[in-house]
Amino acid sequence: MGQVATNFAYLATIVAFILALKFLSSPATARRGNWIGAVGMLIAIGVTFAQKSVVSYWEILVGMAVGGSFGAVAARRVKMTAMPQMVALFNGVGGGAAALIALAEFHNIAPAPGRLHGDISVSIILSALIGSVSFAGSLVAFAKLQELIQGRPIVYAGQQVVNGLLLAAIVAAGIAIVAGSEKQWLIWAVILGSLLFGVLFVLPIGGADMPVVISLLNAFTGIAAAATGFELENNVLIVSGMLVGASGTLLTILMGRAMNRSIANVLFGAFGQVSPSAAAAAADSNGGAVRSATADDVAVMLAYAHKVVFVPGYGMAVAQAQHDVRQLADLLEARGVEVSYAIHPVAGRMPGHMNVLLAEANVPYPQLKEMDEANSEFPRTDVALVIGANDVTNPDARTNQGSPIYGMPILNVDEAQSVVVLKRSMNPGFAGIENPLFVNPKTVMLFGDAKESIDQLIAGVKAQ
Amino acid sequence: MSHGLLLSFEVTILVLAIFLGFELISRVPTLLHTPLMSGTNAIHGIVIVGAMLVAGLGHKDTLTTVVGLVAVVLASANVVGGFVVTDRMLEMFKKRESPAAERAAQDGGATDDGDPSKPEVPPT
Repeated sequence: MGQVATNFAYLATIVAFILALKFLSSPATARRGNWIGAVGMLIAIGVTFAQKSVVSYWEILVGMAVGGSFGAVAARRVKMTAMPQMVALFNGVGGGAAALIALAEFHNIAPAPGRLHGDISVSIILSALIGSVSFAGSLVAFAKLQELIQGRPIVYAGQQVVNGLLLAAIVAAGIAIVAGSEKQWLIWAVILGSLLFGVLFVLPIGGADMPVVISLLNAFTGIAAAATGFELENNVLIVSGMLVGASGTLLTILMGRAMNRSIANVLFGAFGQVSPSAAAAAADSNGGAVRSATADDVAVMLAYAHKVVFVPGYGMAVAQAQHDVRQLADLLEARGVEVSYAIHPVAGRMPGHMNVLLAEANVPYPQLKEMDEANSEFPRTDVALVIGANDVTNPDARTNQGSPIYGMPILNVDEAQSVVVLKRSMNPGFAGIENPLFVNPKTVMLFGDAKESIDQLIAGVKAQ
Repeated sequence: MSHGLLLSFEVTILVLAIFLGFELISRVPTLLHTPLMSGTNAIHGIVIVGAMLVAGLGHKDTLTTVVGLVAVVLASANVVGGFVVTDRMLEMFKKRESPAAERAAQDGGATDDGDPSKPEVPPT
């Protein structure tokens, strides 16, 4: 296939990817868009097979069979609650592929002196660096989300200095390559150093900040793919990679804004370290008393309400309570209660996490309200039922300038007539921050596993 | 085409892609942010093109063979996994889980969604 025909075929792929993203603007068309994107990918693969330089097929076919079947099986089996780690994993392998391509390119074209253009060597280093950071960082994020390693930040003295020195060393090796040194060990140094950096970079970031990290790693892999495009002088890689890079960057910014924190603070702040004083003081602080209720009390409140808003958080995902929540909602709706769900942008472990879980439980998506819309509804809400959410409902974010989350936009559940908080215990949430909502006179606590509590509520409402 | 000229075209489309990306993504509702992430994940699986170009080379040493093969494995997992998982998610987003079909299942009565020949496929 000639170069011109190839480029036009790649253009078809680019258009397909753009349409895929465009169709994501509505849930009604999104699925079709995904299919269009997949067709675009098939075109690109087919065209690449027809390239003159591609003469050895078996490696490609074997690789595709192995990788493709792993991807298909993993994607079919994964539970919706485990989606953040799955996304992290697929993100990581893409970054790893970009880094390996950079390694092979440098290995193959470097030995002939003078053949390496400056921009090609810069692209090789960027895709090796960013791809490796994305690979290692995503695997650590995966391990944290899968709870293979602890989710809390892992910190030690001089961490920033170590990371800074390591990054400086990687950049130095990169500059040496760009300056004309074509020693093979330099590219290995860039890759191994970047892998280590990726690990060290994600380790100190807490689980609650994962929405930001996953978005950022998503952007990294996209940028690595775009750099690979410069390396191979291939338009489809440049455009597709950069579309993903822009998407990940925008999501990262949105997530940071939803927490009212700068991206630097998320990445280097080690937010959510164990704070013993906060943990100890949680129950008896603010001078208020916690009121605990029985499931039957709460069932009565719900059954005779006009409007109930569910406020789900990561606790709902952990307890896998989304189907039970939907059942409860159905029962209430059958009694004429108006039901909706208030979704905070950073609830859960990745952007939009709660929406996916509730969609899995067949909650119709018009009932899933974004923060602003939900907040306008709380004043006329009878009962706000908080299910495993904590920091995103903390009124300190509005009023207490001393609070670490002061200024973060929250769901104003305390504006509802009454608030019911489903929670395991009085332990503070992930970030170790006290939540005065729990001692608000409007609030009652229903302690226990979210799933069990919801099941008790279902039984209670049925008995009314 | 000279190398510098080619580079200038590449940088041009890169910058256009950045602006296009921001435009497109800012229209995606927060409701669909997770499918957006996994969908863009699938799209960056386009590195499979680069992996194929490396693995498909004719005369290559052992290192290139191994690296190319592993790159194809990783990129294929990225592509297939990304699209499949996104499809699974998007399938779940429904406006209403056809209440008519539900009622029909309960009392065997007529449906009112206008097309009883196409019942909603139950989620698996």
